[in-house]
Amino acid sequence: MVTTMKSDVEMELTLVPDVSGLLHEQSERSKRIKMSASDVKVFYGETQALHGVSMEIMENEVISFIGPSGCGKSTFLRCLNRMNDTIEGARVEGRIILDDQNIYDTALDVVQLRAQVGMVFQKPNPFPKSIFENIAYGARLHGLAEKKADLADIVESSLRRAGLWSEVKGRLDQPGTGLSGGQQQRLCIARAIAVNPEVILMDEPCSALDPIATSVIEELIDELKRNFTIIIVTHNMQQAARVSDRTAFFHLGDLIELEKTADIFTNPKNKRTEDYITGRFG
Amino acid sequence: MSTDINQKRPRIADQVSASLRRRHARERRFRLLGLVATLLGLTFVAILFANIFIKGIPAFWQASITLDIYFDPAIVSIPPEPVREAKESDSDFRQRRVSWENEVGMVNFNRLIQNALTAKIAEAADYPRDAARIVTSGERLALRDLVIKNPGIVGETRQMHLLTDANIDVWLKGNIDRNLPDEQQQLSARVRDWADQLYADGIIKMRFSTGLFTNPDSRSSLASAGLRGAFMGSLYMMLVVIALSIPLGVAAAVYLEEFAPRNRMTDIIEVNINNLAAVPSIIFGLLGAAVFINYFKLPLSASVVGGLVLTLMTMPTVIIATRAALKTIPPSIRQAALGIGASPTQAVFHHVLPLAVPGILTGSIIGIAQALGETAPLLLIGMNAFVASVPASPFDQSNALPVQIYLWQGNELRNFFEGRTAAAIVVLLALMLFLNGLAIWLRKRFETRW
Repeated sequence: MVTTMKSDVEMELTLVPDVSGLLHEQSERSKRIKMSASDVKVFYGETQALHGVSMEIMENEVISFIGPSGCGKSTFLRCLNRMNDTIEGARVEGRIILDDQNIYDTALDVVQLRAQVGMVFQKPNPFPKSIFENIAYGARLHGLAEKKADLADIVESSLRRAGLWSEVKGRLDQPGTGLSGGQQQRLCIARAIAVNPEVILMDEPCSALDPIATSVIEELIDELKRNFTIIIVTHNMQQAARVSDRTAFFHLGDLIELEKTADIFTNPKNKRTEDYITGRFG
Repeated sequence: MSTDINQKRPRIADQVSASLRRRHARERRFRLLGLVATLLGLTFVAILFANIFIKGIPAFWQASITLDIYFDPAIVSIPPEPVREAKESDSDFRQRRVSWENEVGMVNFNRLIQNALTAKIAEAADYPRDAARIVTSGERLALRDLVIKNPGIVGETRQMHLLTDANIDVWLKGNIDRNLPDEQQQLSARVRDWADQLYADGIIKMRFSTGLFTNPDSRSSLASAGLRGAFMGSLYMMLVVIALSIPLGVAAAVYLEEFAPRNRMTDIIEVNINNLAAVPSIIFGLLGAAVFINYFKLPLSASVVGGLVLTLMTMPTVIIATRAALKTIPPSIRQAALGIGASPTQAVFHHVLPLAVPGILTGSIIGIAQALGETAPLLLIGMNAFVASVPASPFDQSNALPVQIYLWQGNELRNFFEGRTAAAIVVLLALMLFLNGLAIWLRKRFETRW
């Protein structure tokens, strides 16, 4: 089930022809394994949500998780920054390594992990504070800025990287909740990158957005992968095909297939993957 | 198929319209019922308020007599005010001062009032017992205090407004049947005639009764009975309640809602907190008497004990209100904070709790307003005792506003205290209204729009 990337990509891409170039560029750079999971099992009370998932995630790649509802893709995503810890009765087994560190090691502080592995949620959830405070919060929390000017720099650069600066620069003191849905989601992305994480987890970041806002976010993801490793859960297969280098298909708590995006959409190895992609279930 | 459906359609429409009439009728009946209930409730509130205000508002104005008091040196024959000597110690001077004040207290100030009265009513000199009924007995203390404050007044004449006896106030306001025979009247026929005469001459007038707000309760001089002692007692109690119940209640609620694991133990705690909110308040009074007074030996009748008892009563309300407010904060806010790397405590104190503040404040202030109006538990810790002084600290004996109302409405001089009681209720209601207004204002001020 675990696959590593091949060095060159000479594939026909019927679904997303324009991605091939990017994919090529990507494969040249990402040789290093950023995160690796081995035999991760998750239990919610008595029910087992994940039956032993293993995978490796490369540095600076965009990897997307697809699969029908309840397949465990979000559960696995939330294991990667231990957000499952916050759910009562959730229990995680197995090992997840970030760089050289087991993130479930008792010696590791979860606060530090979450600074390294940021997260963007399904519904845009800005704090009901000003736009500036939304971005500044994380930096202040981790003591990234000593002076006020530093903080303002972090806010500006984060908003710039999230492609939101030009839209909000005149109203940083206004509430973040007053922005449109798509802007709110980019604000949340800016908030996540303000603490300069290494990995960004996105849990269906566009499911509450309209198609135009969605395409803006997708372009942003393309932009962000230069600096970050991005793991995205999506219900939208076209989105997976558009934004990701590799795609993982989950079904009933199992990782069924993890291949290069181009492969999985054109030539799935597994019958269930094929059925799902062609719309026979899910 | 499609024609089949088309044929059925008219019949369904008929059925619907037949039942529709019944449904509409039911809806109308229900609305009418609601309207009647609302109007009935409003009527009762209107009657209650009208009753209280009609009785209470006149009590804020009280009969007082204008007299030219001559501080006759022959009557006010006091030694000179002590002056501090060079080598005298603090305590020695204070002792001399107190004994001087005691000596001033020995002066028969009633004589001054009598003399001044004689200037207005010539016969007063012949009937000293009747004349003594005009001005309420507490006013001689006002004269004494004046002399102590300013001994230079001796030998001068001052025009003063003195409260008349409570019975004269009752008589002039028409709160007693004027046709009752003499033996059933509180005042002699002569005093009644004098009062009418003085009132007609404008020497006795209804003046705004500041004494109602500045004096403590009194039984010897009913006309000067005031709310100050009870007001201060209630104030101290509320300070204790606010200082204890809000921090403790909010802390308990935050822990239970945000941090405590969900298990049998916390379930039991939750059920018991809800039950505690429904415990009759008099039981908290018993608890207070047993624990705070018998065990911890706190002083009887002190507002600190009242405050502690009311804290016990208010805390469940605060906990429930706080938990309800915390529940309304969407979990996405907690996740957002945790996702950036805030610790659970930081997520709660930076984001969740500040957002819950309007709800917490509203609930807490309602709880405090409830405590302000509570009487029953205070009876059991001795706060229904007659206290004729203004408490200087929460450890002094004191009354509380609702208890004062209870005491006054049981006073023998019904005709006078019916008005006083209503006036005290007006004061209490005004305080409650102020607190509730504050709650609404705070909620509006801190409310966040998503």
